[in-house]
Amino acid sequence: MQLLNQIPILSLITYIPLLGALALIFLFPKEKTGPIKAFATLVAAVDLAVSLPLWWAFDRAKDGYQFVEKAPWIPSLGVNYHFGIDGITLLLILLTTIIGLIAVYCSYSAITERQKEYYVLLLLLQTFMIGTFCCLDLFLFYVFWEVMLVPMYFLIGVWGGARRLYAAIKFFLYTLAGSVLMLLGIIALYFYNTTGFLGYKGLGNAATFSIEKLTAVAAGMPAQLQIWLFFAFFFGFAIKVPMFPFHTWLPDAHTEAPTAGSVILAAVLLKMGTYGFVRFSLPMFPEAVRNHRVMGLMAALAIIGIVYGAMVTLVQKDMKKLIAYSSVSHLGFVMLGIFALNMAGIQGGVLQMINHGISTGGLFLLVGVVYERRHTRMIADYGGLAKQMPIYATYFLIMALSSMGLPLLNGFIGEFSILQGAFARNFWWAFFAATGIVLGAAYLLWLYQRIFFGEITNPANARLGDLTMREQLTLAPLVVLALWIGLYPKPIFDVLRRPSERIVQAVGGPIAEAPAMALKADAPATAGSEASRP
Amino acid sequence: MKFAFVPADWILLAPELFLTAAGLLLLGFAVAFGKKREEFLAFLAVLAIMVTAALLVFVAGQAGRKTSILGGTFVLDNFALFFKALILLSLALTVLASVRFVGAAPYPGGEYYALLLFSGVGMLFMVSGNNLISIYVALELMALSSYILAGYFKAEAKSTEAALKYFILGAFSSGVLLYGLSLVYGVAGIMGIPELAKLFASAERSNLLMLGILLVLAGLLFKIAAVPFHVWTPDVYEGSPTPVTAFFSVGPKVAAYAILARIFYVAFAKFHADWGLVVALVSAATMVLGNIAALLQTNVKRMFAYSSIANAGYALLGVLGFQTEWGLWGILVYLLAYTLMTFGAFTLVILLESKGYAGELVSDFNGLANRSMPAALVMLLFLLSLAGIPPTAGFIGKYYLFTAAMKAGYAWLAVLAVVMSAVSLFYYFRIVAAMFFTEGSAAKLKSSYALTAVLVICAAGTLLIGVLPQPFLSVLKSCVLSP
Repeated sequence: MQLLNQIPILSLITYIPLLGALALIFLFPKEKTGPIKAFATLVAAVDLAVSLPLWWAFDRAKDGYQFVEKAPWIPSLGVNYHFGIDGITLLLILLTTIIGLIAVYCSYSAITERQKEYYVLLLLLQTFMIGTFCCLDLFLFYVFWEVMLVPMYFLIGVWGGARRLYAAIKFFLYTLAGSVLMLLGIIALYFYNTTGFLGYKGLGNAATFSIEKLTAVAAGMPAQLQIWLFFAFFFGFAIKVPMFPFHTWLPDAHTEAPTAGSVILAAVLLKMGTYGFVRFSLPMFPEAVRNHRVMGLMAALAIIGIVYGAMVTLVQKDMKKLIAYSSVSHLGFVMLGIFALNMAGIQGGVLQMINHGISTGGLFLLVGVVYERRHTRMIADYGGLAKQMPIYATYFLIMALSSMGLPLLNGFIGEFSILQGAFARNFWWAFFAATGIVLGAAYLLWLYQRIFFGEITNPANARLGDLTMREQLTLAPLVVLALWIGLYPKPIFDVLRRPSERIVQAVGGPIAEAPAMALKADAPATAGSEASRP
Repeated sequence: MKFAFVPADWILLAPELFLTAAGLLLLGFAVAFGKKREEFLAFLAVLAIMVTAALLVFVAGQAGRKTSILGGTFVLDNFALFFKALILLSLALTVLASVRFVGAAPYPGGEYYALLLFSGVGMLFMVSGNNLISIYVALELMALSSYILAGYFKAEAKSTEAALKYFILGAFSSGVLLYGLSLVYGVAGIMGIPELAKLFASAERSNLLMLGILLVLAGLLFKIAAVPFHVWTPDVYEGSPTPVTAFFSVGPKVAAYAILARIFYVAFAKFHADWGLVVALVSAATMVLGNIAALLQTNVKRMFAYSSIANAGYALLGVLGFQTEWGLWGILVYLLAYTLMTFGAFTLVILLESKGYAGELVSDFNGLANRSMPAALVMLLFLLSLAGIPPTAGFIGKYYLFTAAMKAGYAWLAVLAVVMSAVSLFYYFRIVAAMFFTEGSAAKLKSSYALTAVLVICAAGTLLIGVLPQPFLSVLKSCVLSP
């Protein structure tokens, strides 16, 4: 595993899909769809294979970033090409490479037009997503963050449903509007660190965009300025999450996107927002997040998201829209955990990001399966599928249970940890969040009942074929992950402990208080992580 | 001021003198050749521009050369050299983009190219002008050639209308500018820009001087099409032959920024508190109106006219931040990016213009991705760059301008600028949606070598400055005007 530290492993993982996309453009004629699909799958598989060793090579006991790569990019501005990961991004990168392969593989029969362009865009998107997670330079982060929008725009706009044009531009404009304000926040941070601006005396340091350095600098800013900059970043991240009331782009984008687009959107792109809060907002602006009004506002928006999202989900008639609104509710949970500002909340929040990627990604895949067969997403068009498609019904049940947080599956661990954290912060936070869980069980079970139980009333459903081997192969890894995290989450918590501790320290929260349940089981914590290292 | 005829000084004028001679020669050839050998004339024009560029490199490289000649009216500092290079680039691109367009039109091409070169000579003198009078004379040389170019398709009503509007409003604004200059002269009694700076450094502000400064500002704002002096732009841009429109949106604007920077940064620096607020308000109004009005356009040329108005608003942020290290540097970076991406986008419009005035509506871009994927991709690149999405030249340029505004204390203006920049995406992406998501004519797109060359130059520059900006930034930093 020493080898991984000697090669630029993160750049490799980031740019393999880009190289694959270039190869697709220049080497494959667009009529040869078979080889194009096979090659795209190969590229995604290689990328996954290259990223997996990180899991074992990653040092859980070490503080700070690992596998760091650094080279000057724009010295005039103090911008470096600076990559590195900690436990949080390790999990997100692995999630991205897994979902990336699934997204390519699940599109074989769904995409029949302009296939070459489609796979090129999927691979480009993967490069930009992984790059965003790897960045340790704020300027570089912004570049990846923005450019990521372009392939997603095309995925929705070309291969989407009936209202795809509207959904595509809405997606682009909403997220862009938020992130340009973040750009101003970045510029302000830059000046605070160097020569000062707007009456704030700068610290006179050398120009830099290093996330580590700027985090330390930002945390020392006056409270008033921290609150301003917190909100500059807030819009960028909150729109992406999406938090209530910035969520309206999500149902449109999700519903209109092709299956793979919805899967990537749910599993990875939404995580950019919550990741932003964890990586930037919390450690950079501790005074702001500790501020009672700010924290109260964040919690209120998160709780409204949970409850309102769940209630809107209940009344949806369109399966994809239903799952999209359930994302609003789930991401509300993640935000609540993060803003509990304690170990249980933050670890649970990050874990729930991964869980949401697995279960919601899986649900979108499952909806895509029947959509391909019937070309309708309306719940009313289905019913009694359990008899016709038993394997499908089983997969759907596991994913739905995972999404609603049934014990022994992944969702439970995340939600429990979040509730624990929220409870430690404020009883009423946990109380309202718990109602969200109840509503979650309601909409998912009701959805399941309407699709799978009863007699087949619609003759079009009478001859539906069950899952093919390829479809099962796209779903099986997600089921395995859901079970693994549900039964034995300790390795995940081990990876998350160090970075979460650092964040909790940064915001001045209690580290000892309410340790996440997996940690309680095998204290002392450090010994556990030593043992789990290869 | 003492004039002395020093022959060695005139060497420094070699590029301008050569370009003038080449223009005259082309005019003579045009009479002899008529309509037949136009492509050859275009070739000669490009050759002349390249020789001029070579002379410029030669002159700039002379060790121990003077930087100021002709009694201090003509300077050749790095700032001027950058603008001369940029102007020659936009001239060459214009000629290349014009070959097919002018060839297909029933008007003689020789005079067209000659006028372009004359306008270029005017701009070359403008950016070197270090004296209010020499700047004004050069500006008029550029403007007069431009009026004729706007009306070059004299049988087209729109083209004639464009020329007439441009001429009347242009002459009016020149009058305003001249009146302002005369007031400044009346107060100061001198015309040289460095001398004015020295004099004003110890002078008190007076109402007469403020009026003069405001009128000079108004005259220059007209040239860069800032609100409220923008009204001529959409009509002139729509009516002019498209290569001329492309030229107007870069060449004369770039030159106008150079003199705006030189006059206000050097001569009127002392009074920046007075004109700063005016520029801030103008910048805000320009960004808002340009972007909002562009949302409503269905004609691509009008849309780009409003987009160029909006871009003038962004660039004014750099003027505001002139005291920071970012301001002028930012203007230079942005103008370089702006020239490449705007010219590239207009070249696509020219490419689609198969006959007469077709290819001007957004719907003419329908299905371009099916007709030619490379063309659609380079257009996408230019539009992303115009909207300021990384990693493109436009992003780097805007980053500098936003930085300059923040540093100069105009945070509200920076917020407005980024929000408007997000709004602009909406209309730029109407073209993207047309190209990629809509069915259109199935006819194969026919390009020419000249047009392809323009597209390759613009696209390569736009991408290169976005991905590897450092070499460009270093060079441009050395071109910033020192006070």
